[in-house]
Amino acid sequence: MSAAQILFGLMSFIALASAVYVAASNNLVRSVFMFFVTLFALAGLYVLALADFVAVTQIVIYVGGILVLILFVFMLSGRETLEAMQHQPKRLWKLANLPAFLICALLLIVLFNLFMNTNADALPWIKQAVHNNDVIKAENTMTENIGINLMTRYLLPFEVISILLLMALAGAAHLSRKEAGA
Amino acid sequence: MISLTHYLLVGACLFCIGLYVALTKRNAIQILIGIELMLNAGILNLVAFGKFDKAANGGQLFALFAIVLAAATTAVALAIILNVYRRYKTIDPNKVDKLKG
Repeated sequence: MSAAQILFGLMSFIALASAVYVAASNNLVRSVFMFFVTLFALAGLYVLALADFVAVTQIVIYVGGILVLILFVFMLSGRETLEAMQHQPKRLWKLANLPAFLICALLLIVLFNLFMNTNADALPWIKQAVHNNDVIKAENTMTENIGINLMTRYLLPFEVISILLLMALAGAAHLSRKEAGA
Repeated sequence: MISLTHYLLVGACLFCIGLYVALTKRNAIQILIGIELMLNAGILNLVAFGKFDKAANGGQLFALFAIVLAAATTAVALAIILNVYRRYKTIDPNKVDKLKG
């Protein structure tokens, strides 16, 4: 086994274990912080898939932005939430959760069967990419290429996303303003 | 060399865990976390396939777009959650059952 495979196993174990903890824990603060760990492990998986720029963006935006926002809202929504959390039943395997568990388990079985039967590494377009030497290697630096592609081939999605971000900014500010009387 | 199937399997597990979290939790913030887990499973698949597109970088760029979309969604969703809390004093989606406050 190479070092990359060992790291892949470690990272995916950390990601899946912390995600299971998020699902199992009733304590909101703990599950938010375990979600941190999941995101970091996923960033490690992105590095192993040779997407280092995406990994850094993941850490900056998810860990730096989204999680801080979630913690903010958690603190603003205050004590009642915390107390409501304490009164929930402690067990993970409640009967009421059985339908949800069945849906997830069956979906997982379907997906596993699908992936085992397709053999993604033998797909035609991937074989062709390998044949054309269109595969990212570990010694390539892709950040420059990403920048060039963002400004040429993907300029329209980039602009659409920037407008959407502006709309989300205005919408969030409008939603969370102090209501004057109404 | 890690094969694509491994990434797909990890992504499938993460997606199902996220779905379970989103379906069972009784707290809007935790449901949001479940949705983020599902989004991350999708981004993992994009990145894994993006390795085989060196010239155009399709997978990695759309992973970046998906991350930005997730950030925008979260900001709006959290603003909505705060408003719901201000009106109902709870963020359990099962208890928010009035269409007109």
